[in-house]
Parts: sequence; structure tokens; C-alpha cells
Amino acid sequence: MESKEMRAAYAETLVELAGKDPNIVVLEADLMRATGTDVFRKVYPDRFFNVGIAEANLVGVAAGLSAAGKTPFAATFACFASRRAFDQFFLSANYARLNVKLVGTDPGVTAAYNGGTHMPFEDLALMRTIPGLRIVEPSDPVSCAAFVREAAGLYGCVYLRMPRKAVPTLYPEGERFEFGKAKLLREGRDVCFVALGSLMVNESMMAAKVLAAEGVEASVLDVLSLKPLDAEAVLGQARRTGAVVSAENHQIAGALGSAVAELLAEARFGGGFARVGIRDEFGEVGTQDYLAERFGLTAGHLAAAARSLLSA
Amino acid sequence: MDKGTRLELEARAKDIRKLTIEEIGNLGVGHIGGAMSVVELLALLYFHRMRIDPARPGMEDRDWLVLSKGHAGPALYTTLALRGFFPLEWLATLNKGGTRLPSHCDRNRTPGIDMTTGSLGQGFSAAVGIALAHAMDGRDARTYAIIGDGESDEGQVWEAAMFAGNRRLSRLIAFTDYNKQQLDGFTAEVADLEDLEAKWRAFRWNVLRVDGHDIAALDAAIGAAYAQDAMPTMIVMDTVKGKGCFFAEGLPANHNMSYTSEQAREAVARLGD
Repeated sequence: MESKEMRAAYAETLVELAGKDPNIVVLEADLMRATGTDVFRKVYPDRFFNVGIAEANLVGVAAGLSAAGKTPFAATFACFASRRAFDQFFLSANYARLNVKLVGTDPGVTAAYNGGTHMPFEDLALMRTIPGLRIVEPSDPVSCAAFVREAAGLYGCVYLRMPRKAVPTLYPEGERFEFGKAKLLREGRDVCFVALGSLMVNESMMAAKVLAAEGVEASVLDVLSLKPLDAEAVLGQARRTGAVVSAENHQIAGALGSAVAELLAEARFGGGFARVGIRDEFGEVGTQDYLAERFGLTAGHLAAAARSLLSA
Repeated sequence: MDKGTRLELEARAKDIRKLTIEEIGNLGVGHIGGAMSVVELLALLYFHRMRIDPARPGMEDRDWLVLSKGHAGPALYTTLALRGFFPLEWLATLNKGGTRLPSHCDRNRTPGIDMTTGSLGQGFSAAVGIALAHAMDGRDARTYAIIGDGESDEGQVWEAAMFAGNRRLSRLIAFTDYNKQQLDGFTAEVADLEDLEAKWRAFRWNVLRVDGHDIAALDAAIGAAYAQDAMPTMIVMDTVKGKGCFFAEGLPANHNMSYTSEQAREAVARLGD
């Protein structure tokens, strides 16, 4: 399977967009070498601003640039984008109805060696409380580039969550994506994995293969857009299969698991439902593989959750 | 500044002060202290220095102002109304349900408000971003920002100060409303700011210090800011919290206070014609 760095997809797309739109500007808070935007800086040095290690100011300056007509993309680790600059993003960007695109990298266990201090299991839950905010977690480099283009093409704030390192490519070049639309990657009749982000979508695909060998046919829905959520796709799969497993590299409270639970309950879905994600714990240090196992985010955990629903 | 202009602006300042006392008095409670201390500055900027057009609040190449101490919104609303951005009748709706004049400034609700503010420190970063956009586009527009002395406790102010200094945003002119008081008491006791001028100089700002109630002195300081293009300018204004409003001025707890319509009437009467 082909793979590509998500940060390369992000930065290359910004360069492409900046060539067409003179208002695109890029901001960093001393993580340009991590998020990959030094590529952009080389091409457009006058449209690139490194504010230093100052995330509050990162988002505040982005809001000001937006007020004066620019389309700022600001990136930092997801832990800082959410926990540290939340009030700035909430008020100066969203409440003020401005046009700030905030990118949070290294979500959940992908923070790996940076450890628990840098491991956001809560960024999506925080962001989901902001009225009208579009929240997306692309699952591969193609969807990442596509959502960067989508974000640039519409007015309003966006939170884009992505690992920065290489992840498998799931979609062909040219595939169309839009906010509020999920993608069905695999169709089955018995259970549906509703998965968010590269790690959980790929683990769900593996879990589906494991289950297939046991005679269980699983669907895999790549959520992509957490907010707005593709309610029609989620409910359609829930009704078709009768059993739903939500899968997120994030705590189960407040983000995907909660959003799906709310949707299913309000729609009077009477089938099986389980949430796979972090259960009221802080992160810790280790390899991504170690952490995925430690926090129950693997294909094995997903398959077990599905079996448990089907045997209930 | 010639004497005629100064007298005219002082009269404007008095009008702003009286109408603001009535505006907040109409509701019976509000941020009177920090509104009174920026009145002279607002009169000078909106009636003399700023390039603006009340008929076209979003005019290209206009000067921008961010009232980062957003709780002084009522003083700015009065100024904007007197300048013709919206009818004076709106002032009576302050903070009432459905109003276009909320306690803290909101760019989406009020004509002439350039940035939403209220969570202290944030407006200042936004002002820096606005000045940066103007610099990128080669516009000669100026960006003005007003921060509070209490607001200067916020770390974000200094993040933005460092960035603006590094970027040499010389068309950014900021003011500290140094009225020596914050909500819980005197700044010297809560979180002492001295030496405030040295702090801003260390962040590579052009720093001036003036009596913030002396319109001619303020105007001269703004002129000095215009005369250089090397640094952003910080004008530290020595002011009095509650200035000119007899029941608030000098009171230790005048940040957000209740008062009666009788007190408002008397305060306005004491200011004279």
C-alpha cells in the first residue's frame, strides 16, 4: 500500500492554493519543521509568519489577518491548538465569525514519543462545543489535501486534525470530499465500524478482514467530518447492519463516540452500539504501536468489540 | 494642535462622557470606570486623527481601531454614534436583549466596531494581525489598539508585543489606559506593572508617555508616532479611572458599578455645558 506524509500533503496543498489565491497566509508557532510548512516558507516567504512559541498569539494574529481579508492557516500540535489556544480560537476566531483554519497535528497516540504531556485525547471534544465550527480528521494524504482545499474555498473556521507522519493512501487522486460527508470504504451486513482518522480507519479495515475470516461481514465508514457529522450515512449503516462500533483515537467522551451515541439515541436506534477509544485516561509515552495496544485502539480491540455486540 | 481644534475636541470629549454616563445609567449598571478614562483618546481619534467614513464603516484603506479592553465598549459606542455610524437612540438599548450594543465589542453587531473583544489580551493580538495584513498589502492604513493596564497582566499582550516589535509594524499605534486600577484594586497592589515604559522599549516599541486626559499632548504623541517608521508605537496614557464622573472617580471599586438615574443626572449636570 502506498503511503505519504500527511504534513507533505498539507504543505504542498497550501503552496498550490497560494499560487491561485494571494490571500492565503500560513502561520506557525515554532513548529514549522514538524508540520512541514518550511516548504511554503521557501516559496512564499512574505506570506509566512512564525510567531514563536506563542500559541495564543498565533491564533489571535490569525484572527486579525482574517479580519483584514486574509485566509490564514495556522498549525501547531493538537494539544496546543486545543487546550492552550482554545479561548483565542473560540472567541477571536469563531465567535467573531472570522475565517481561521486551525490545524492540530499529532493527535492522540500519534504523539508517541512526546508522551502524555503532548497527547491530546480531548481536542475534538473541546472543539465540538464551538458553534458552527467545521471539524475534520482526514484519513489519508488524498483526503487531507482535499479538505485543505475545501477549507480554503469556504468562509468560516475549520479545525483540521491530522498526524504529520506517513500514513497509507486510501483514496485515488481526484477523489471528491466535502464537509459533512463520510465515505463508505467497505460494505458488510453484520456490523459497521464508524471510524475517524487514519489510525482508526486502517485498524477498522484490518478488523473487518479478521471478522470476514470468521464469516462476519463488517462495513467501514470513514467519518472524515466529525462536525457536521454525516448523520444519514451513520444511521443508514446502523439500520442496515444493526450494530455500530465507533472508533476514535481520542477519548470516548465528547467526540465521535458521543456524537454517534447522541445520533443513534435520538433516532431511536435499538441495535447494538459500542465505543472504541480512550476510556477516561491521560496519555503516556511510547511507540505508537505500543500506545495503540495500551489504550485499546487496535484491530484486535475493534474486532472484539464487534464480536461482543453480535453475541449479545 | 491649534486652540480651536483643541477646544472643539474637548467639547466632543465632554459629550462622549455625558452620553456614556447616561447610556450606562439607563441600564443602571456597567463598566463606567474604564469607559471614562479613554474618552479624550476616543474623541481625538474619531473626530480628528482617524481616516474613517461613517457611511462606509468597511471602507477600503480606512484606519482600524481595536478596543482590546472591550469592556469600555459603551464609551466607543457613544463616540461612534456621535460620529454618525448609527443613531444616538441606539445608546438607550445598551445590554438589553436584542441590542446591537453589547457590553463588550462585537464586530458583527455594531457598525464601526472593527474587532470582537472582551477576553483580555486577545484584541491586541488581533490588532497586530490587522496591522500585519495592511503591511503585507502595502496599505497606508493605520491600526490603533487600546489596552488596559489591568489587561497588561495577560501574557498574550506580551506575546503580541514581541511579535509586533520583531515585525517592525510601524503603522500600529497602541495605547495603554494606565488608570492605575483594575477590578480587584490598584494595579500596584494586584500586579505591579512598573517600569511599564521600559517593558515596552525592551520589546522594541517606540514608547511615549502622556497625560491621557490632555488632548493636545495625546495628539502630539500620535504625531510623534507618525513621524517614524521603524517601530510600532506604545503611548502610555496616565489616566484616572472614572474620570469626570463624580460618583466613580477615585473610588477603589469603580470597575463595574451600579448607580441610579439621579446620580447619572447629577454627574451630567456637574460636567456643565
